Amino acid sequence: MKKYDAIVIGAGHNGLTNAAYLAKSGLAVAVLERNPYIGGATVSRELYPGWTYSNCSYVCSLLRPELARDLELPRHGLQVVPYGGGVTFKQDGDYYGNYYDHNRQYREMARHSKRDANAYERYSTDVMKQTRLIRPYLLQRPPDPSSLKPRDLRDLLGFARSFTGLGEEGLADTLKFWTKSVGDYLDEYFETDVIKAHLGGTGVIGTALGVYSPGTAYVLLHHYMGDVDGNVGSWGFARGGMGAVAAALAKSLQAFGGDIICDADVDRIVVSHGKVKGVALKNGDEYSADIVVSNLDPKRTFLDVMDASDLPADVVRKAENFKIRGSSGKLNIALDGLPTFNGLDKRSSLMLGDMHFTDSLERLERAYDDWKDETWSKDPYVDMLIPTQTDPTMAPPGKHMMTVFVQYAPPKINGGEWTDADKAGFEKSVIDQIAAHSPDFRDLILHCETRTPREIEAEAGLTEGNIFQGELTFDQLLFNRPFPGYAQYRGPVRGMYMCGSGTHPGGGVMAAPGANAAREILMDLRRPDIVPGGYADD
Amino acid sequence: MTERHDVILVGAGHNGLVCAHYLAKAGRKVLILDSGDNPGGAAATHEFAPGYSVSSCAQWLYQLHPQVRRDLELEKHGLELAAKDIASVLLDAAGQHLTVLGADVRGDQISAGDIAAYRAFHERTGKYAKLLAKVFAARPPKLVESNFTDRLSLIRLGLGLKMLGRDDMRDLMRIVLINIYDLMEENFDSPQLKALLSLDSVQGSHMGPRTPNTVFGYLYRRVGEVFGYQGVAQVKGGMGALGEAMAAAVRAQGVDIRLGARVNSIDMIGDRAGGVTLASGEHFTAELVVSNADPLTTLAGLVGYRNMETGMARRISQIRCRGAAARLHLALDGLPNFTGLNGQQLGQRLLIAPDMNYIERAFNAVKYSEISKAPVMDISIPTVHDPQCAPSGKHVLSATVQFAPFEPAGGWEAHRAGFTERLLNLLAEYAPGIREQVVASELLTPADLQRDYGMTGGHWHHGELSLDQVMMMRPFPGATQYASGIDGLYLCGAGAHPGGGVMGLAGRNAAREILRRGAVA
Repeated sequence: MKKYDAIVIGAGHNGLTNAAYLAKSGLAVAVLERNPYIGGATVSRELYPGWTYSNCSYVCSLLRPELARDLELPRHGLQVVPYGGGVTFKQDGDYYGNYYDHNRQYREMARHSKRDANAYERYSTDVMKQTRLIRPYLLQRPPDPSSLKPRDLRDLLGFARSFTGLGEEGLADTLKFWTKSVGDYLDEYFETDVIKAHLGGTGVIGTALGVYSPGTAYVLLHHYMGDVDGNVGSWGFARGGMGAVAAALAKSLQAFGGDIICDADVDRIVVSHGKVKGVALKNGDEYSADIVVSNLDPKRTFLDVMDASDLPADVVRKAENFKIRGSSGKLNIALDGLPTFNGLDKRSSLMLGDMHFTDSLERLERAYDDWKDETWSKDPYVDMLIPTQTDPTMAPPGKHMMTVFVQYAPPKINGGEWTDADKAGFEKSVIDQIAAHSPDFRDLILHCETRTPREIEAEAGLTEGNIFQGELTFDQLLFNRPFPGYAQYRGPVRGMYMCGSGTHPGGGVMAAPGANAAREILMDLRRPDIVPGGYADD
Repeated sequence: MTERHDVILVGAGHNGLVCAHYLAKAGRKVLILDSGDNPGGAAATHEFAPGYSVSSCAQWLYQLHPQVRRDLELEKHGLELAAKDIASVLLDAAGQHLTVLGADVRGDQISAGDIAAYRAFHERTGKYAKLLAKVFAARPPKLVESNFTDRLSLIRLGLGLKMLGRDDMRDLMRIVLINIYDLMEENFDSPQLKALLSLDSVQGSHMGPRTPNTVFGYLYRRVGEVFGYQGVAQVKGGMGALGEAMAAAVRAQGVDIRLGARVNSIDMIGDRAGGVTLASGEHFTAELVVSNADPLTTLAGLVGYRNMETGMARRISQIRCRGAAARLHLALDGLPNFTGLNGQQLGQRLLIAPDMNYIERAFNAVKYSEISKAPVMDISIPTVHDPQCAPSGKHVLSATVQFAPFEPAGGWEAHRAGFTERLLNLLAEYAPGIREQVVASELLTPADLQRDYGMTGGHWHHGELSLDQVMMMRPFPGATQYASGIDGLYLCGAGAHPGGGVMGLAGRNAAREILRRGAVA
């Protein structure tokens, strides 16, 4: 039996971040990974000769810069290249484009609606206000409002202060923003369908809610609160694919002396007398450690690798009720060349960014209705990118790789498991939608990897294929994530911690949950806090 | 002609009447102006076919605050209940109904586990409703520009939360923002029970069971229990009788009520509201204007955007107020024959909503301004308890129908007959032969409700009861604690805190606030 100070289950980006800080603090740490490769959902692999697919997460922005800097990720090979552009193709052959240049952007909006072009300024300012409000809390443990401990009270007070600083109306506006649907929010600013659809899609990505479901305006922030090189709200590609994030984190961890052990499928967390003792693998190996950190989602953590007899009954119930709904699928496509869309020039900067075909909120909402009926969207919302235009390392010269994120795909089809026929039907609905706007698209396809929630769950170990390790709804945010009373990364058993996206602040490749959990662990061990906190913007 | 009053109250809805009562009791001279022919607003009875009358908007009484009822001495002024403690019955086409009254649930298909789970659920949520009821009975506290009173109510709220105990407090903070669908799935197995409770959560709103915030809708309804109503009650003579009783109480305080007086505008004197002009051209001036009309009608319509800043105008225009409930009234030449129910049982609250997904699908349609193919219905046969509403031996059936859009494609006239037909067919599935009993029918769409009761969008609550539009966000940021954002103009209707339903609290709280601030000498 090998002995470590701490074991982290799962080599996702949060597990690696967590382990890196524990190792940096001087602990003997091992990360155990079920797959033969690391990264979890932050992974890139050559699944078609010559092509690298980032087949889960595909773009980068939310990764906390404080952590990237502190863990020296650039030195370990991480390079995030910002991309511009973005476009929504309309059914009538026109499009709405997103430009980096302010004046160009204004003219493009005004082409559709002068009123909207003028409203955009106000919209950006208002969203940025909410973004700035939330950013400092990403690298902070959420305070427990039902606790009277000094640290919670202090944090709560700080939290309250940053809100009251907004003034009465500002506060009310903020509360409205947090409780409103993205559709209603956009309706307040804009009148043009395609502009609303372009901006609104991000409010439902990865979420089993529709654009008119209250609470989705907040999900919008998950699109705006990141930054690339200090440009808040911009997005980039990790050079070489998202796997590069995991690779850099792994190198950082190893530089601090931590171990990564692949092909190590954890069977259970060993608990004795209410204390964690270590973990046992499916192959019979055992590792002993006084600290075990789970990077798995709450359902897998409490219902799979922990024994119900080791847990309080309410935790088991809460884990069972935890909402972790599959709502997305993905297509990764190897292309023989760059396709054309709606007559847009191949050199257009618009194609460098995220491309969509859903030109109204109504179509988005109807796509959600299909999910509720337990079938994939017949007219899905896609978030499509061709990263090889910006990062040519992912495909052979002259060839391209396309990543198509698809909303919605339910975890089950009419109550049953996904069949291969379902998968083919799902794939067809996506390909048809793209081909309807691109005459040469079908002919350029060399290989297509289709991932339904079934595949996402099987490979990345995300229950139901939920990309955020749990719905980002208010009952599962902040002090409620993953469940009330256990939102401060500590599990119900001594020595057991959680560090996955199922904890605050949630999914997206942020690495914040892993870092926040490390801070709590070090605090419990009475070691100095070496985890950077969030910095305030300007 | 110019007449001088202390307060002009626009609208004789139940909240307006309640507000006027308290103002008059405190010695203010109040004039109420209403365009309708009867007092009560949405608490109305009307004769929709010769000899047949019905509560044409609100149909059940289940939230009227007991203190309002006492203070207005409504019983003395003629209020009589035809029946109370009326159970809700979720109809089953084969007659295996589910009946819920208070903490009790009965039915052929319900398991002992669900019965116990419901009792526990009812008790727990009852505690939350109690807390909510306290919040409803006071003005919503400001959070930043708070004064002593606000801080006190915030502390009370905080203490109330703490008093729930740690587990319940955490539970409340978790569920208050979520949808009723998930909560039902967490707690119960019976599709009928889940459907019944989730229907209660979306009554009168533009939401489906899957819409987040619907748990709040459920708790909102449960507040009625805190106010002493077990199930629902039926007013003798229809809800209009409540309006009449309130009007009588108010007149006894010396308030002038002028009916048939449509207010065309609220007039500004400088940057202050100082009077109103009627459609007839008549002017009235007063120190203070209080509006019982919904915020959009009041501010966008009567005051006009030209009299306010852009920021405020924008916030007002953003109030979500999409009505989605229609009313169906049927005159029947006999008592309908609902499978598995007889006699007095027909006087219960009968619901058509087989399961939660059925309700959700019914809601899907209205999102796209379409009419539900299979709508949900909340049915009352008032003549069971109150035979005077119809000629002898005849009956009236009234139903709230969800979901119906404000304006379907092609306009309502193209759909009215077809929708009525659809509803009759649906009813016939549960009450065979009812089609043959129909003597006359009337369908009031959200557009009709807007026309008849002046409610923007035909929305019962004068604005969606969604968490972004409650408490200090109601009706919109910048106008809270019954102020309207315009000097000299207050709001006392359902558009203000706490919201709609025949509760009377908006009116009472508004009057208290006006008096407390010394807004009118």
